[in-house]
Amino acid sequence: MYKNVLSSIPGIELYPIVALVMFFGFFAALIVWFFKADTNRLERLSASVLDDGASTHQQSTNPSQRS
Amino acid sequence: MDTTVQTDGERTGRLETVSYDNNIVRLFAIASAAWGLVGFLVGVLVAIKFYWPEFLGGIDYLSFGRLRPLHTNAVIFAFAGNAIFLGVYYSLQRLCKTRMFSDVLSKVHFWGWQFIIVAAALTLPLGITTSKEYAELEWPIDIAITLVWVVFGWNMIGTILRRKERHMYVAIWFYLATFLTVALLHIVNSLALPVHFLKSYSMYAGVQDALVQWWYGHNAVAFFLTTPFLGIMYYFIPKAADRPVFSYRLSIIHFWALIFLYIWAGPHHLLYTALPDWAQSLGVVFSFMLIAPSWGGMVNGLLTLRGAWDKVRTDPVLKFMVVGITAYGMSTFEGPMMSLKNINALTHYTDYIIGHVHLGALLWNGGLAFAMMYYIFPRIYRTKLYSISLANWHFWLMTLGVLMYAIPMYWGGITQSLMWKQFAQDGTLQYPNFLETVTQLIPMYVMRSIGGTLYLVGACVGVWNLYKTARSGSLLANEEVQVVNRMHEQHREPKEGWHRLLEGTPVKFSAYVLVAVLIGGVVEYVPTALIDSNIPTIATVTPYSPLELEGRDIYVREGCYTCHSQMIRPFRSETERYGEYSKAGEFVYDRPFQWGSKRTGPDLHRVGVKYPEPSWHWKHMMKPTSTSPNSIMPAYAWLYERDLDTRHTEGKILTMQQLGTPYPEGYAPKAVDDLRKQAAFIANKLRAAGMNDVNENKEIIALIAYLHKLGTDIDPVKKAKVDEWKAEAIQ
Repeated sequence: MYKNVLSSIPGIELYPIVALVMFFGFFAALIVWFFKADTNRLERLSASVLDDGASTHQQSTNPSQRS
Repeated sequence: MDTTVQTDGERTGRLETVSYDNNIVRLFAIASAAWGLVGFLVGVLVAIKFYWPEFLGGIDYLSFGRLRPLHTNAVIFAFAGNAIFLGVYYSLQRLCKTRMFSDVLSKVHFWGWQFIIVAAALTLPLGITTSKEYAELEWPIDIAITLVWVVFGWNMIGTILRRKERHMYVAIWFYLATFLTVALLHIVNSLALPVHFLKSYSMYAGVQDALVQWWYGHNAVAFFLTTPFLGIMYYFIPKAADRPVFSYRLSIIHFWALIFLYIWAGPHHLLYTALPDWAQSLGVVFSFMLIAPSWGGMVNGLLTLRGAWDKVRTDPVLKFMVVGITAYGMSTFEGPMMSLKNINALTHYTDYIIGHVHLGALLWNGGLAFAMMYYIFPRIYRTKLYSISLANWHFWLMTLGVLMYAIPMYWGGITQSLMWKQFAQDGTLQYPNFLETVTQLIPMYVMRSIGGTLYLVGACVGVWNLYKTARSGSLLANEEVQVVNRMHEQHREPKEGWHRLLEGTPVKFSAYVLVAVLIGGVVEYVPTALIDSNIPTIATVTPYSPLELEGRDIYVREGCYTCHSQMIRPFRSETERYGEYSKAGEFVYDRPFQWGSKRTGPDLHRVGVKYPEPSWHWKHMMKPTSTSPNSIMPAYAWLYERDLDTRHTEGKILTMQQLGTPYPEGYAPKAVDDLRKQAAFIANKLRAAGMNDVNENKEIIALIAYLHKLGTDIDPVKKAKVDEWKAEAIQ
């Protein structure tokens, strides 16, 4: 049943080859990006996780722990 | 709230007040903890059955074959699943600086997921199963999973689209990849044609079913147990350590490499099987390459703690995180190694794999889940953790419990495999009786159950600690914060590279992720399905008779595949023990395939050749130790008491015909007649062999018919005998 569906897609025999080309193409582009990316910006992004926004509640939501 | 503020020097944005939904976070945390305890408890129960087979014996709902899928589903989808949602709902709101897209969708998602878990907990012990590992649930529940998953994705993507940060932080990429890929895997693997409300047959047969199943099975590990937890790691490690991520550049490489490579790795579950060689080799190569992104992620997580290692000594959150990430590193080293064919030949089908997966599930998933809970509970309840000391107890019980679990499993797995392969001086098997290799492992099984119990006790301590923490505070259900809305930022940065654009557009980003994960599937799957030479047909292989088909469904219902494989690998040690190795063409009518993944008992693919007399099976299933002294297989008394349900036999034949099984035209209405005749014939054989109280209407007769057929199709002598029996019976 699904075989018929697959074999009725025109040019499906090319899909694996196209897929492989995309696979290697993407990594080639990623390597170029790796060397060209703006380091300052990346450093800012890596620290962005630490900002949750400023709490408006009176009690701190960043508790210290009991021993 | 439309104050424009200046931040980070030149950057400007609007100051807004948002309210994070902590109630949904609380609900998922409670669900994860509660289901976790259930999953661990069922794990301990099934572990005890290995050395005490009569434990909870005689009750079909509590037999090993039915409880094992309950255990795996509870831990993966109930414990880890709810933990994922806990992590996503907590972190996504804070990373996007906005409330979840819709409170209604959040609630529908939560209660829908719990409903699915309850449905699984009811159906699996009842034997309602597809037998596809980690995808055992039947089609109505599969549809429910799809709907609830879409609700989750809708809520998540809606939240991302409403975010107040221009950049999507790396954790969100992992969440998006999780949503998309799990949807794809679940739908493709679950395709089946229903016979009735609680029974369906897989759309795929034999080798193709196995390939799709392990494409799913492996990537369920990748995209359900790995990518969401990596997202969680990238959020909670920096938060707990109060340090930025070690290398954001590495996190981007980590993400793309991981999702591109993982999807190809499925065939490493099928090495030396009847899967075409080229597909096996692709699976090996990509699995081996996976070590790079996996370790890249681990290193990135651990190095985020640079300068904060002193906190690991005192902060329970970091303790659980560090042990979890270290276990991830160990698991992702083992994985690629076990994908090498020579190592796989040794470890596959053994307890080594059980040790490997528990290292991942209990420490990586479990460690991160509990770390998250220890982080989140004090914050949303606006209090302090009830007891650091109890958290330390939990930590050590967990860590030592896993060591006591995994080391015996590694040891036992290698021991058993070497015993399977050991030849004597005269060229015969040193341990021809499979049971010798099982009884050798009993001490390991005892230690494993002690390790599992320690883990369970630790989890109880942890849950108690969290409960007391919650009781000592009050829930901040809606947490209001002031945030800067950078989506209206007037200043744009100069270097807007292509990846920068990608990071800001979630829908486009998701499309690329989908392409990335589809590539491996297309390359591996399309040729297997389309090129006939990949599965050479064998003329003597015939469809199952109606009785055999019913017997096969009982085999599936009882979860026999959880302990027995049906795949003889082309090794001399296996062909000596079990007979001719398995061929791809022998499985063309197998929906679903029953190759299994673990040999607690011997392979059964040629059991029809080995034990051609029905009386052996009759005695064995009634009391396994009567034919196999020291056997740890449970008795299946209920098969001798229950009448075979033939109400759906005709429907089953019709469904199989629709799927392409070549039963003669118009055969379905005659199926039950043929079934009765074959059952009467087998019953007479049993009576002639001196068996008492034989009733041809009982389920055991169908199971015997199926076991008889197994592996005989390519054996000319046995095939002739089975066919002659059938012909004689059906005259």
